[in-house]
Amino acid sequence: MAIRWGNYATGPFYDELIKGRNKPREAAVDLCSYLRGLSDKDIEEYRVAASTAIHVMGITFTVYTEEEGSIDRAWPFDIIPRIIDKKEWQQIELGLKQRVKALNMFIDDLYNEQRILGAGIVPEDILINSKNFLPECLGVKPKHGVWAHICGSDLVRDQHGTVYVLEDNLRVPSGVSYMLENRHVMKRVFPDMFEKYNILPVDDYPSELYDMLCQLSPREVAQPEIVVLTPGIYNSAYFEHAYLAQQMGAELVVGSDLEVDDDDIVYMRTVEGLSRVDVIYRRIDDAFLDPEVFHEDSMLGVPGLMRAWKAGNVGLANAPGAGVADDKVVYAFVPDIIRFYLNEEPLLQNVPTYKCINKDERDYVIEHIDEMVVKPANESGGYGMLIGPHATKAEREKFVRLIRRDPRNYVAQPMLLLSTAPTLIGNKAEARHLDLRPFILSGEDISVTTGGLTRVAMRKGSTVVNSSQGGGSKDTWIVDMEGE
Amino acid sequence: MLSRVANHIYWMARYLERAENTARLIQVNTHLLLDLPRSVPLGWEPIVDILSIRENFYANYESADEKSVIRFMVTDPNNSGSIINSLAAARENARIVREIIPSEAWEEINNIHLQAKADGQSVLTRRHRFNCLNKIIKANQTITGLVGGTMNRDDAYAFLRLGRHLERCDMTSRIIDVRSASLLPQMADEHPAFENIQWIGVLKSLSAYQMYRQEMRLRVNRTDVLEFLLKRHSFPRSICHSVHQIKKCLEELPQSDAVCDQFEQLSTIVEKLDIHTLTQESLHHVIDEIQAGLMDIHLAVNKAYF
Repeated sequence: MAIRWGNYATGPFYDELIKGRNKPREAAVDLCSYLRGLSDKDIEEYRVAASTAIHVMGITFTVYTEEEGSIDRAWPFDIIPRIIDKKEWQQIELGLKQRVKALNMFIDDLYNEQRILGAGIVPEDILINSKNFLPECLGVKPKHGVWAHICGSDLVRDQHGTVYVLEDNLRVPSGVSYMLENRHVMKRVFPDMFEKYNILPVDDYPSELYDMLCQLSPREVAQPEIVVLTPGIYNSAYFEHAYLAQQMGAELVVGSDLEVDDDDIVYMRTVEGLSRVDVIYRRIDDAFLDPEVFHEDSMLGVPGLMRAWKAGNVGLANAPGAGVADDKVVYAFVPDIIRFYLNEEPLLQNVPTYKCINKDERDYVIEHIDEMVVKPANESGGYGMLIGPHATKAEREKFVRLIRRDPRNYVAQPMLLLSTAPTLIGNKAEARHLDLRPFILSGEDISVTTGGLTRVAMRKGSTVVNSSQGGGSKDTWIVDMEGE
Repeated sequence: MLSRVANHIYWMARYLERAENTARLIQVNTHLLLDLPRSVPLGWEPIVDILSIRENFYANYESADEKSVIRFMVTDPNNSGSIINSLAAARENARIVREIIPSEAWEEINNIHLQAKADGQSVLTRRHRFNCLNKIIKANQTITGLVGGTMNRDDAYAFLRLGRHLERCDMTSRIIDVRSASLLPQMADEHPAFENIQWIGVLKSLSAYQMYRQEMRLRVNRTDVLEFLLKRHSFPRSICHSVHQIKKCLEELPQSDAVCDQFEQLSTIVEKLDIHTLTQESLHHVIDEIQAGLMDIHLAVNKAYF
């Protein structure tokens, strides 16, 4: 009898599974009683089975360190799932669709009419100073008006149980393959739990992705040629690039496999010669996409790709320049963006965000720096942030200097008390903080993954969930309790 | 299919086949040593010669004793053809094309690489060796079965088989060459009784003993063993069989004219071969020709597709 819910302490946080001492939430009752029934030996067996499955399936991610270069690590996985009731999930789903729809209208507007700037809703210098705004994209009209075809939005829950959007990843969000593989691992390890619960499946994502990409094809053909463009095997998300290509039956290509001829058409080099490409799901950052236009020394990209895209001869997902809305300062304006384009109130809340570009807000942030999480506008992966309450005095002072020097580049948010879920530490369940990254696909219409990737901070008290910094993951179960 | 991908699949198959055949070679030599009298000068040096790695070996080791040769051939990172390096290269190639090959095959390749790394030095002791090497042989047989049973019969599968049979043909020719040319003549006079055991060893290193008995129905002797391993279509590790498979692969692949021309030269050598008139010396010469022919095909494939 290893897991005793009576000893499980939730602290001041909202816990995803446990309501109070010894009281599981309704959707978690069966899971908790099942886990309580396991002996130490059982738990060890499950843990070994999961890690063996991950090892054998070769689920890895790559980490860069200065000492060792790049190394492959087994994907860190916790066997206790996170459960969300379908009724709650449906509300979140609506909110995500609304949000992404508005964000795409925003990007399309920025590169075309710029109505929102004219209306004074978003200040113009935000745009001019955005690292991710690409003047080369002005005037381009991608199909369906969609720029961010694949969006990964990070959701968190505070101590009152309210769900917030923490950030939107509109460039090349990763993690969806781990969501799919986590489910495979769970099915291998806990087949009996899948009989007890009505767990909604997640595995139609690759088909949805494929269908959406087909909609971007410039040619009206039954089977457009779709490729996944990867920077290569040393990229931290290479596993995912290969996985998605495999699941979709698409070619996985690197830049040197493709070429653009004078006819502005993209071809790939095959054993039978050159063959036309219709849609590229690119997993390379904008800056490396086309050495003719951006970094001229990029070895990863394809010379002429922008020409081909602007000529409408190839579909690119996500569109170049979509990252303009993936900016922590723009984030602060998203509620206004939703109201402006859709004339609706946001269904999902933003975390209250201070824009350091405004003097009042900046002064407040500097004064309360020890309570704030400070984020640079254009970084991802948890790099370059300050977590005020956990930082040293020297680190805080450094960030005050950084903010003063370049206020446009920083936003700050009050430290949220992130929700927790029971996580296996040794053979005991302990509370660890987590977030959730669902993926939203936009083409002719919008679809959302069933749940998403739950990332969990494995260190006690930590809220950093990024896998590159010691985060783990859980399977996410959207369960239909009405079917019970 | 993408040229780059075809290249990786081809090499993945070659490295897997190389790892398996190297394991077979060590396996059978270990067993042979147990059967021969102490006075027989059979050692581990011929293995180094089979793989044409003499120079590299003596740059790293002083003498060709059992431990040194096995370490060099199985675990040594300085030997690009060591089993561990072959498996690592196979895995690296497989990793790049993992969206093309069945995922179970990738799992198996990944698994055998981890397993071989974990087994590490235990292969040096005879007691554990059989098990360690058998795992490698079985893994490649499993992979062969998995791809054969689940992969589309398309260009990717043709490149995979092309790599496999070029490598297998090469390894089989090396095994025949060294076992027959350099070792046996000196043996035959002094220990005629053991010549048989030697030839059985050759057969066993190719898992050919049982099939030989079924097909040839004769006592094991030089001419029939050579006939079986060089000329019989029926045995899947014979030179003739591999050559035939290479031809079939080329027929399936697009624009293979240039490679086919190159192939005809090799095919002629194998067809013309008459075992009954073959002296040791001419055998060695023919095998050199076969290996050169395989190399030319490899270069032609490289030029045409990669």
